[in-house]
Parts: sequence; C-alpha cells; structure tokens
Amino acid sequence: MKRQDDFESRRKKLASLSDEELYQRFWQLTEQVVDPLVALGKRHTSPSIERSVLLRMGVSSIETKPIIEGCIDRGLLPKGAGHVVYKLAKARQIDVKEAAKLLAQGEAWDEAKSLFAH
Amino acid sequence: MSDKKTVLEPNEKINIENLLRDLENYRPRRRGWTWRTPAPKLHMGPFAYEDASAPLKQSLGLPSSKYFDGIDPQPMSSITTEIASGRFEDDIRRMRMAAWHGADHIMVIRTAGQSHMDGLIEGTPQGIGGVPITRKQVRAQRKALDAIEDEVGREINFHSYVSGVAGPEVAVMFAEEGINGAHQDPQYNVLYRNINMLRSFVDACESKKILSWAGIAQIDGAHNANATAREAWKVMPELIVQHAINSLFSVKAGIRKDNICLSTVPPTAPPAPCVFMDLPYAVALREFFDEYRMRAQMNTKYMEASAREATVTHVLNLLISKLTRADIQSTITPDEGRNVPWHIYNVEACDTAKQTLVGLDGIMEMIDLKDDGPLREKAREIKERACLFMEEIVEFGGYFKAVEEGFFVDSGNYPERNGDGISRKIEGGIGHGTVYERDDDYFAPVTAHFGYNNVAQYDPDAEDDPAKLIGGSTFEKPEKIVYIDELDETDNVRLRLKEGAEFRDTAKVRPEMEWLADGIVMINMFLPLGKREAQVAALEFAKQMNLEDAEVINVEIMQPAEGTRLELKGKLPGFVDISKLDIPPEPHRLSDDEIRAEVERRPFRIVAGTVGEDEHSVGLREIIDIKHGGIEKFGMEVEYLGTSVPVDKLVDAAIEIGADTIMASTIISHDGIHYKNMRRIADFAIEKGIRDKVTIIAGGTQVVPEQAVKAGMDAGFGRGSHGVDVATFLVEERRRREK
Repeated sequence: MKRQDDFESRRKKLASLSDEELYQRFWQLTEQVVDPLVALGKRHTSPSIERSVLLRMGVSSIETKPIIEGCIDRGLLPKGAGHVVYKLAKARQIDVKEAAKLLAQGEAWDEAKSLFAH
Repeated sequence: MSDKKTVLEPNEKINIENLLRDLENYRPRRRGWTWRTPAPKLHMGPFAYEDASAPLKQSLGLPSSKYFDGIDPQPMSSITTEIASGRFEDDIRRMRMAAWHGADHIMVIRTAGQSHMDGLIEGTPQGIGGVPITRKQVRAQRKALDAIEDEVGREINFHSYVSGVAGPEVAVMFAEEGINGAHQDPQYNVLYRNINMLRSFVDACESKKILSWAGIAQIDGAHNANATAREAWKVMPELIVQHAINSLFSVKAGIRKDNICLSTVPPTAPPAPCVFMDLPYAVALREFFDEYRMRAQMNTKYMEASAREATVTHVLNLLISKLTRADIQSTITPDEGRNVPWHIYNVEACDTAKQTLVGLDGIMEMIDLKDDGPLREKAREIKERACLFMEEIVEFGGYFKAVEEGFFVDSGNYPERNGDGISRKIEGGIGHGTVYERDDDYFAPVTAHFGYNNVAQYDPDAEDDPAKLIGGSTFEKPEKIVYIDELDETDNVRLRLKEGAEFRDTAKVRPEMEWLADGIVMINMFLPLGKREAQVAALEFAKQMNLEDAEVINVEIMQPAEGTRLELKGKLPGFVDISKLDIPPEPHRLSDDEIRAEVERRPFRIVAGTVGEDEHSVGLREIIDIKHGGIEKFGMEVEYLGTSVPVDKLVDAAIEIGADTIMASTIISHDGIHYKNMRRIADFAIEKGIRDKVTIIAGGTQVVPEQAVKAGMDAGFGRGSHGVDVATFLVEERRRREK
C-alpha cells in the first residue's frame, strides 16, 4: 500500500481526546488485536509445544522428535503427545519414561492408537 | 545441588575444566530475574549519590577512580552485555571481566540459523556469530555465573532467546536451567525469520506461560523494526504498536507486567539532532507503557566502524535513558560496526554505561521535562499516529491480515505508507501447516501448560496441578531432567580445550580479542596519504610487522591530501613464555600518611636543580610542586636552584644549608652527558667530604635507574616517576642510614 501522510485529517477524531482518553483508546484497540491471537493459542498445539510437554514429562530431547513424528503420522497430535505417552504408560502399567522410550523406538504405536479409538 | 561449589579467587583464572566437571548434577540456585538493590543517598569516597544501587564486593572502577580509593558506584539500571563469540568456554572469561566492570545482565546470542532448528540442540558445538544454545552450554555458563556473582557480590541475570520453531522447548530448558531473562516476541519470528504466523503465535502462548512460571523477565523484539527501516525515526508509531501487541499478548499468556520489558532504542543518531527527535518518542512510549519495564538498547542503525563515534551516540542514548526511565540498560559494543565484539569492547561498553549513568546521577532532582512546547506536541503526535495504526489493524480484520497487507516495517511515518513493508502470508513461511486444533480429550500432564487441557477426564482434582498425574514434571522434580552431554564427537568443547591446551593455564601467552590465543591485535596508524593509498600502504606495514590476515577495520580521513587515520587488525603468530621473562617487581610506594609522618618526625633538607647547560625545568617541578602531586605535599622543603646549575654550585649549596639530600635533574642526554654529570656530582661530593652524609639522586626522561646508580647516584628516576616514588626512596634510604 502507498499513501501520502494524511495524519492531519485522520487525527481529527483523536484531537479532542485527553491524554488519558487516548491512552484508554490505544489499549482497548490493542486488546481487540490481541484477543483473537490468545484464543487461537488456547485451542491449538504444535510439534514444538508437544515436544516441550514431553520434555517436562522427563523425556529426553532425542526421544521427543520420533514421538512427535509418530503422533503426526497417526493423527494423534490433537490428543496431545504427552497424552499418548501417558495413556500407553497407564495401559501397560509402566512409567511414562519407559512408555516414551518404546514409542521413540517405533514400538507400541498400534496399541497407542487403539487406546484413542472410540 | 552441586556437591562442590566453585569459589573464585580474584588473582586466579577461572578453571574451565573444573567447571565442566560434574555438570550432570548441577542445579541452578534460583529462578527469575533479580533487580539491583537501591542505595539511596549512598556515600562513597567524598561523594553522595542520589540514585545509586548497592555497591559491589569486588569490582573495577573507572580509570579515574584511582584518585578516590578505587570507588565504583553502581547505577540503578541493570547493565546488559551481549556475549557470544562462538565458543562458550571463552565467553565465560569475558563474562567475568564484564561483571567486574558492572554488568549484571549477560545476554548470550544464538548461533546463526538456530531459530530454524526444529528442536533442541545438545552438546557444545562451535557457533557462528553466536553460540549454539544447549542445555550443557547454559548449565556450564549458569554455574560459572553463580561463582562470578559470589565473587562480585551481586546477582547476575543470564539471558538468551526463546524464538524460532523450537520456542516452547527452549523455554522449558531455560526454566529448568535457571535462565533469568529471555527475548520472546512472535512478531520477530514472523517479520524477520519468516516463520508461519499461526505457528509463531500459538508457540508463543506456550513459551510465555513457561517464562511466567520461571519468573523470567521477557524482552520483546520491536527494536528490530528500527534497525531495518531506511529512515529509522519514521517507524516510531509502528514500534509502539509492536510493543503493545507483544506486551498485552504476554499479559494474557500469564506474564506479570513488571516482568515484561520493552526493547526500546532511541531511533536516531548524529548528525541528526537525535535527542530532539528521540526524546519525545521515549516520553510517549513510557507514558503509554507506564506499567511495563523499559529495556533501553543503544542505537545500531547508523553505526559505522568508528568506535569513538559509536560511543558518543551511545552516551546520547544513555542521556535519554536518564531523562526518562531505563530499568535495564543494554549496551552495544562500540566495535559492533566492524566485527563480532571483542573482550575489550564488551568491557568498554559496560564502562561507558556506568560512567554516563553515574555521571548523570541525580540530574532529575534538578531539572524537569517541559509540560509544553515541542516535547509535548511531538510526544502526542507519536501516540496519535500509533493509535491510528492500531485502529487500522482492527479495521483490516486483525493482526494476520495486517501482516499480509505489508503493514509492518514500512518506511513511511504512519499513516504515510511507502509500500515497502514486509508481507507474510498466513498460508506460508517455515512451519506452515504445523498447527493442530486440540481435540476435546486433549491432555498434557505438565506444569505451566497454556490453554485447553482436559485434565478432568483423568482426575478433576488435578486441574490446577496436571503434573500430579505423573508424580510431578521436571519443574517440580528436576531430577527427571535428562541431561545429554555431547552428541558430536568431532565438534565439542573437550576437543577445543585439547586444541588450546598449549595456552590454557600455562606459561605460554599470545594476545587475544575473542578466543584464547587467537593472536588478534589491533594497530592504530596515521599515514600522510589519501584514503585509498593509505589503506593499501597500511597492509604493507602490517606485513612488515609480521601480522597475518591483516585487515583494515576503520578508516577516517583527516584531510583528503594530508592524511588518513587507520585501525587494522591482524594475527600475531608468536607467543611469549612468561616463565622465561625477567619481570621486575612493581615499584613499591609508601602511603602518603606514612611519608608525612616520617617528614614530621625529622624534616628533610633538600637542594635541587637541573644541572649542566640544561634549561629544562618541567620534570623537576613536577617532582617537587605540590600542585603536580610532588614531594612538597608530604611537607618536604626544597631549595630549588633553577636550571643550568653548575655541578659544583649544587654541592656547595648543599653544604651551605646543611642539606641531607641533593636532587639533580638532567634531561639532555646527548653523548651520555646526563651520566657524566651524575658522576661529576658524586665525585665533587666525595672531594668535599660530604658524600656519606647526603643522599644524592638524579632523574630525567632518559635516565635508566641502574645506570644512574653506576654513575654514583644513590638512585635514579626515569620516565614516569612521580613525587611519591622519590619521597618513598628518600624515606627508606634515610631509615636504612639511621640503622
């Protein structure tokens, strides 16, 4: 977009505002810009977010990668990668570290997927 | 906790091998950012300070502090230095030097390309233009900083970057490893790293939530718009918009406002009337963001190779900080315009900030910024332009649409638009198509997770503590962290230490600027040539000096025909073995009080003059005169006979007044005349039978002390001698004779 500086005409609606009113207006507009971005984040996830969840579960950074890839390939990422590991651990009554290790080695994926089938 | 605490001794080098030992068991001692402690009405030496912070236990003051017992007053702002030479082990030494000069915020720059790495890097590979940020590197440096902060007596904040396509993972590692500050701004990813917008903002929510859990202070990335735009001052409205988006977004992701720092740069530099242009912006910004912190950065936009010019610009930036507010004062090394920063310039930049902020101490107690006139008018205009910018984003349908339209980094002063902004597509960029909508049964059993998390499906009581379901995450149970030492056997710190072993903690030494024994030196030169010839000739001189890989790094024309000033760098291939050097001890000096007490106990009677046919008087006057710090200040009385004093007259005068000391100055050294005159004074004193009753000393710029003694003097004083050196000798010589 190209446009001459038309500040003088655009500012007319702001001219009568006090400094305080301008401040309020600025932050209200900012909120309108920011809120949809925050809402987006609330309902979505990503490979990096899921890897960060696995890290916090005590999974090594080397193992996080194949687990995330495995989840993506099987459509399981929307469940949460940590969830997949957790559910497998519960089903097998092993700890999450062991479950993660299995998945990272490419094992137990069919079982993991079946745990989410309704 | 680490079993062995590293304790540093001021006169011992930090031992990198020791530091790397037992790293797998190291745990950081605290979380979160630490601000400096105010010390209102601080008294140090003869001075009182209005807005200083608590002094350090050990540090190095400005060069001039030696006149005041080495005092080192510290300003209130945290002082940042950015360190990243590519080898983190060498950076640790630089961190220690910077901390001794007042830095308490150490920022580590990532290696080129790390923001596009999908996942964490492990181990300690060498970096380019920064270091690969890894758990081992962070842990080793945090451990080193623990020891350094104990040494200087102030907490040191450690900082790096949470951006790129592995932001949340990096944030987790930072939270676990005791990082205290981090850059996090999804707009930076979008605009400058071309990372997909959706991915960038979704990831940022998680990253920010993690930062908030760890109390990490966040710095945004808005100042990059300033560095990118052609006419930097025209992006002021946009800068405010970018700051606002990231700030409020961060609040909504969970970060406390007083941990959100705006990275703000005074946009202009001389020859622009920069303070006149930058101050209204600084005021507007601080008024709009009154609840947030300011991280004041220095201008890099117009940075050239002259370190002097950069320093003056930086001092003007510091003036803006002081006239307004800077919670964190960042520094840019004055050599950044010509190379990756060198050790000495990190320290120099810290000193520049400290000197300027302390020099401006209390200024706002004396002046006010005006409530009318151009400052207010311009500040208001900038705010209105920013408000209109934000309004148009809303009108266009929000942030993503605005980015697609190229709203950002346009060189026009908004609402002016030049059509040269950066445009990114919502369906494009790195990581496009990698954002997934969470299913209703989405679940993550960890602490500090942002957004929808169906914990209740497993345990409704665990909603506030999802990690309970796995017996605690690494945030509660750090023993669950998986520490990886090295992944690459051909590129790691162990190999680098082995390569550099010849110079590490041995007697062999080579100059360095970045890395141990890199051999780099800088040469200053003036050549009476025009610019072009001077540049070529300078490299010829570098060859004559045996410098390898020589490069001209700065050229300034003194006058097109008369001459050019140059700075060059090159590598010295040689080394010095200090164990083979004969290093004379430092001249020993008595304290002023001790000398005064001696003089009071028994006064000296001194005759002095410049001998031979020699009209020089300056040197001797400096040794004598109280106003030059000469021996008169200790109460020593001197019968000064003037210049061109015949040798016999000097000795006769001593006999006449019963002097116990003869001081001869001799500057002219042609044909060894200075030593010949000394010999004649000594011989004449023997002839007159007083040699053993008087102390005879001689001094002058060409006098070598040992030669003077050979010529019959009790002592000789060469270039660089001061009154206190002469007084110390006289007092000690008399004590010796009295015994």
